[in-house]
Amino acid sequence: MNHSISLTVNGARRDFVLDDPRVTLLDLLRERLHLTGTKKGCDRGQCGACTILVDGKRINSCLALAISHDGADILTIEGLARGDQLHPVQAAFIAHDGFQCGFCTPGQIMSAIGMIREGQAGNDPERVRECMSGNLCRCGAYVGIVDAVLEAQGQMDETNQRRSA
Amino acid sequence: MKPFDYVRPATVTEAVAAAAQPGAVYLAAGTNLLDLMKGGISRPDRLVDVTRLDGLDQIETLADGSLRIGALVRNADLAHDAEFARSYPAVAEALLSGASAQLRNAATVGGNLLQRTRCAYFYDTASRCNKQAPGSGCDARDGDNRSHAVLGWSESCIATHPSDFCVPLVALDAIVEIEGRGGRREVALDELHRLPGDAPERESVLEPGDLIVAVRLPPAARGFAAHARYLKVRERTSYAFAVVSAAAALRIENGRIAQARLALGGVAAKPWRARAAEDVLKGVAPTADAFQEAARRALESAKPSGDNAFKIELARRIVVRALTLAAAGTPVRIPALPASPFASTSGAVHV
Repeated sequence: MNHSISLTVNGARRDFVLDDPRVTLLDLLRERLHLTGTKKGCDRGQCGACTILVDGKRINSCLALAISHDGADILTIEGLARGDQLHPVQAAFIAHDGFQCGFCTPGQIMSAIGMIREGQAGNDPERVRECMSGNLCRCGAYVGIVDAVLEAQGQMDETNQRRSA
Repeated sequence: MKPFDYVRPATVTEAVAAAAQPGAVYLAAGTNLLDLMKGGISRPDRLVDVTRLDGLDQIETLADGSLRIGALVRNADLAHDAEFARSYPAVAEALLSGASAQLRNAATVGGNLLQRTRCAYFYDTASRCNKQAPGSGCDARDGDNRSHAVLGWSESCIATHPSDFCVPLVALDAIVEIEGRGGRREVALDELHRLPGDAPERESVLEPGDLIVAVRLPPAARGFAAHARYLKVRERTSYAFAVVSAAAALRIENGRIAQARLALGGVAAKPWRARAAEDVLKGVAPTADAFQEAARRALESAKPSGDNAFKIELARRIVVRALTLAAAGTPVRIPALPASPFASTSGAVHV
């Protein structure tokens, strides 16, 4: 039986016909939309490489059935930059060397954006590490990642304050 | 993953009817179910998606002072609800010590209660497991079993229930509201999960089609807010299941414990309420000696199920430590490392 769903992906509405309900959001993004920035690491919810924002919240896209998310608003790594202008978290990862091989990076960045929106960590590195523990980096670039997240968070807070002032 | 049918019922009644069919299971976030399906451990014929059912995602205070938490409330939303965290701090701390931020954003209250054990032999389809194939045997019994149960286990099964959330909930007398083919009923959370006995495949008292619709905390649960902690030993600092955990909640009046609540996690096939330990704390001063005696009582019937005798002593120490932290008072803010013995704000001596 075919199921029709529609999603908003990086601001654009996309319609899909699913001939099999087994497809995850991760596989839909990668194989149907060819948005391969979202990575398949463990595919079992243990590594965080597949992290995306769904309705503004970070989740593991490998453990989310697409069919169950009909109507969802999805943001992936491809939806962050405005042309050549990087998102502050992307720029901070480069500035702080927050990666080595880069495989976990899209998940780290999406997770960091989700974390900053959640507003629970403040500027406490220990809380940032805890709030980012769902993203593994096998290269061990954690020191740079935490620095990048803290700096980007500060910049985004400033921007928000300027906007609201 | 085995193919399955997908249905999305519009009402709870339709959902119950659909899920009562053989081979059907409920799908909420799927954070545990999809993992099990990908591994071939769960092979349902039909998923009954309950995520769109109305009215199951509310947190509401009832007229009698109870708190009713809808089964579809996400773990993160509950833990970060300021009023909830103030009133039931050990529950919020337990939630935040579990899984990762991504999983907590998706995972639901009802799903947390019904998550399956993380016993490696249960997850390995090549191993003998009495949950997977009743009567086939238990490879954990003579296997790598240092993380397995020390209370309430049987020769058939030594798996543990992995939930953090359930541990303070059972300490606070949580009640589970269930919609089934015979209508609405409720059971104490302490009665929801079954000990393995000779039928470890029957993990709860739920019948086919039964849907958890809410969890309720009775009015008295608020009385422990000033002295309530959850403490959890893990094999890494974050994003790991408990080796052993404890929820401790005290009501202290005039320097004495008017009432104590204590439950353990990671030690049995269910969240383990330690009523004998609670009894010895009633009416006494919150001293180290009293907490040692409570710990002794809590683990009195414990026995190793394999290479895990260490968990019994560890559990005693975690009980003493959790009670000590609870007596010292609930922190204003949940520590940076929730429930961690290594948290810089835990006032820790060694484990």
